[in-house]
Amino acid sequence: MKILARLSEADGVAGDEQQVRKLIREFAEPHSDDMRVDALGNLMVTRSGDPDLPAVMIAAHMDEVGLMISHIQKNGLLKFYKVGGIDDRVLPSSVVRIGEDKVAGVIGAKPVHAQKPSEWKKVIPYDKMFIDIGAQSEDEAQKKVKPGDYAAFATEFGEMGDGRLKGKAFDDRAGCAMLLEILSADHSVPLQAVFTVQEEIGLRGSQVAAWDLKPDLALVFEGTTCADIPESEEHGYSTTMGEGPAISIMDRTSVAHRGIVSQLVKLAEENDVPFQFRRSTAGGNDAGPIHLTREGIPTATVSTPCRYIHSPVSVLKESDFENGVRLIELFLQSIERGFRP
Amino acid sequence: MKELIRKLVETFGVAGHEEPIADLICDEIADDVDEIRRDTLGNVIAVRGVQNDGPTIMFSAHMDEIGLVVTHIDENGFLRFSNVGGVNPHRLSDQRVVFANGRMGCIGHERLEKVTDLKMEKMFIDIGCSSADEAEEHVSIGDVASFLRPMNDLGDRLVSKAMDDRIGCAILIQALKEMKDTPNRVVAVFSVQEELGLRGARTAAYQVEPDLGVALDVTGAGDTPKARRLDVSLGDGAAIKVMDRSLMTHPAVKGLMVRLAEENDIPHQMEVLEFGGTDAGAIHLSRTGVPSGCISIPTRYLHGPSEMVDYGDVRACVDLTVAIAGAENLDLRR
Amino acid sequence: MNDRESSKLQEGKDFLSQICEAHGISGAEDELGDMVAWAFEPLVDEIRTDALRNVIMLRRGSADNGPSVMLAAHMDEIGLAVTKIEDEGFIRFTAVGGVDPRNLLAKEVLVLGRRTLPGIVGIKPPHLISPDERGKAIKREDMFIDVGLDADEVRKQVSVGDLIAFDRSAEDLAGDRITAKALDDRAGVAALYEAALRLQDLRHDADIYLVATVQEEVGLRGAMTSTYGIRPDMGIAVDVGLAEMPGVPEERSLKMGKGPGIGQGANIHPHLHEKLVSVAKQQRIPNQKEVIAHRSGTDAWAMQVTRSGVPTAVLSIPLRYMHTSVELVSWSDVRDTAALMAEFCGSVDREFVEGFYHENTG
Repeated sequence: MKILARLSEADGVAGDEQQVRKLIREFAEPHSDDMRVDALGNLMVTRSGDPDLPAVMIAAHMDEVGLMISHIQKNGLLKFYKVGGIDDRVLPSSVVRIGEDKVAGVIGAKPVHAQKPSEWKKVIPYDKMFIDIGAQSEDEAQKKVKPGDYAAFATEFGEMGDGRLKGKAFDDRAGCAMLLEILSADHSVPLQAVFTVQEEIGLRGSQVAAWDLKPDLALVFEGTTCADIPESEEHGYSTTMGEGPAISIMDRTSVAHRGIVSQLVKLAEENDVPFQFRRSTAGGNDAGPIHLTREGIPTATVSTPCRYIHSPVSVLKESDFENGVRLIELFLQSIERGFRP
Repeated sequence: MKELIRKLVETFGVAGHEEPIADLICDEIADDVDEIRRDTLGNVIAVRGVQNDGPTIMFSAHMDEIGLVVTHIDENGFLRFSNVGGVNPHRLSDQRVVFANGRMGCIGHERLEKVTDLKMEKMFIDIGCSSADEAEEHVSIGDVASFLRPMNDLGDRLVSKAMDDRIGCAILIQALKEMKDTPNRVVAVFSVQEELGLRGARTAAYQVEPDLGVALDVTGAGDTPKARRLDVSLGDGAAIKVMDRSLMTHPAVKGLMVRLAEENDIPHQMEVLEFGGTDAGAIHLSRTGVPSGCISIPTRYLHGPSEMVDYGDVRACVDLTVAIAGAENLDLRR
Repeated sequence: MNDRESSKLQEGKDFLSQICEAHGISGAEDELGDMVAWAFEPLVDEIRTDALRNVIMLRRGSADNGPSVMLAAHMDEIGLAVTKIEDEGFIRFTAVGGVDPRNLLAKEVLVLGRRTLPGIVGIKPPHLISPDERGKAIKREDMFIDVGLDADEVRKQVSVGDLIAFDRSAEDLAGDRITAKALDDRAGVAALYEAALRLQDLRHDADIYLVATVQEEVGLRGAMTSTYGIRPDMGIAVDVGLAEMPGVPEERSLKMGKGPGIGQGANIHPHLHEKLVSVAKQQRIPNQKEVIAHRSGTDAWAMQVTRSGVPTAVLSIPLRYMHTSVELVSWSDVRDTAALMAEFCGSVDREFVEGFYHENTG
């Protein structure tokens, strides 16, 4: 989990994935035959393998949701845009890191003392919030940050509870970490590992990567919605922490390839790997554009359930992650033994 | 043709699960085309006039229908579900649905304070089982269901679930049967997952690389009491689409359709739809672009269990399809 | 300014007025496209149109192995379309592209039927409007166009689906400000034209594709197919951006007369951004920063994800009253945008393209 720790603490808001890419490059180097970056910034790591076997694209996105500085006010406070889907309610009292120099800032809100109780019930819209970096004037702020700088949540990675991990951006650094684990194992299946960009702002990186690589089939790894929490009913959980990796059925952007899904289920059952279906059709992921590329590509998604995604801190269970990796490895082995979707 | 329509609308084929309807269509067209193939997503792509050196015309009618997908099975055997395509919860209440394996269910909902509280999260399918184990013998998470409704023949008008877009499939199949010799390569695509975002047509068009794209799909009708202002009526003939959310019909294609309709005395009307899209939306953006249009079948009560079309309109659409397929000297590039 | 420069200036401005007064609603850009092609013809080596009627004009570069640059401005404009002809002859309509219906009342339009019919978007006189009604915006579906003919005559001339354009001539305002309909994005097309003029006197390695795209207002559609066909090494979309005015927050607007906004954000490749900024600095071309957090809403959003991906940039010409018939720009902004594009084109070579794919920088 050292890899996940470092990935989680790297910053890579959609459109600014450089830091994460650099880190992943370092991890993937020993396991790659070829590595390149495309026009959008996708990192494509190829492992050649047996040319008679189908080429499998495995993809996870590097980017995370975050903020972008839009304007520096006269008083030195910063206005910002959201990048990706963030619930405004998680923003107040967040700590962020801005730009290449990781300038620290806090998202301020009026103190309770200065509010009427009736205000507490209202959601503060993000464009009424600001980031305070401690600068006391526009001039002072301009020395540290500029409009267009990205800001990421500042959250330390750590352990908690019974085998759980907490950190930011598990959506989709958990997927990136799964992908790296798989790259580090031995397989004869030709692998096209793609660490994609700009998933959170419209599934953009995967679209061009799949076009370029023309894989025979594709698997997407996600850190996905998990709502097994109070005030949520069982049929609204989507996934349950600790019940194993989640196999997608359908979401807003794709219907998972049923041949791949049933093979995953079969392998999980035969090998006693716990798994669950992702019991929600909300949201979308890179499988959407990938499966519609060119003539169409058989594609499925396997995810690690993560609570509180798209916020400053998310939680996952290590065993779900490990079982996800195991399931994918079994799947790749089954391709070596002749499985075709 | 009514028997063909009946078979098509009553066959199962929810978006993403089109195999049963695809099998039926392949059987129906086997004698009328030179080759048939199915692609990765499950589109049926049939070619007539493989050897012809004229332009390639791609007709597309989507096979898939809207439906429901099971997302959770509770301990008492009730199934929670989500929508597959555009399904309005208010039109689901008390409906009957059927799964691919024939298991029937009816739809209920939790107690509501007021009618407007009805959301899909509060609804469930009851398949007559009293435990999760029992329910799981018949249905699994991820299974899909469609409305359970037969076709009723009201004479001029036909009513059924899934007219959207099996009626387009019926028109395309019938047109394949009635087509005469043509200089064109006619590619009939029965597409998948239209209801989920024009997905099948996109990958099909990429493979077919047509010179002209024509979707056959349903459109709304504005001829019911106090309806949305839409100048399309049942019985006024084939609707030639001018625009919708997915397409501004290529002027040359619109011109071609109007000309052929006039020359062949085919009743027709012009259609401007302020919502929705069709396969033509995906086809016309394929590769470097494809001049495209759409023949629409005026339909009442869209995306409900009782979609109604006019048989005369259906015939007009067949005639227009045949006329386009046989058109000579097609040159749409200018 | 010498005579030659001043005549060139007038030429570009006249071209802008002309194309703004012509009609080219999304999906029906044919005639406008011909007009554009005719104007550019002496300035380019090759002109073609594709299936969607994008006008693609190539100016060849001087290097054998030069890069290709696509400069795109959309020529289509928003408009209306006939949905129904009422029995009294009034015409109901829908919008093509994003139209705020509140700008339509009591405006003159042209119904582009078999014959072009002048018409007016009608409204009850204030005397007959109850105080209740007065406070409410009229919904677009309840509006109508009066062409002064009875239903039979209207039906002879007009059918459902015919397009309706705003009737508005271009005007010079104080200073160098211009008002017209369709400045979004004919101002961009004029900037392409000005850039092409400048390129006559400029050496450039790069093959330059000047593209007047179609159907941007209904979903960036022309950019998708034209980029697919061109396969450029890089692309710049030149479009209009919101200019400062009361009601638009400062952080979301550009200043008029201060040059193009150079976009920065996920839709813009960092190398292209840097290059544009450095070229502008070198050539002393006024410019301003435009922060675009994600979706740029321009052709560049489509260009970027075409095929294996295209490095893209966005230049924005500040414009007030976007999507109305009285859009307003400053001519100096159009010229500065053109100058920046032309100088940029003159500055890129094969090596610059290779830089996109070197990891340690991107």
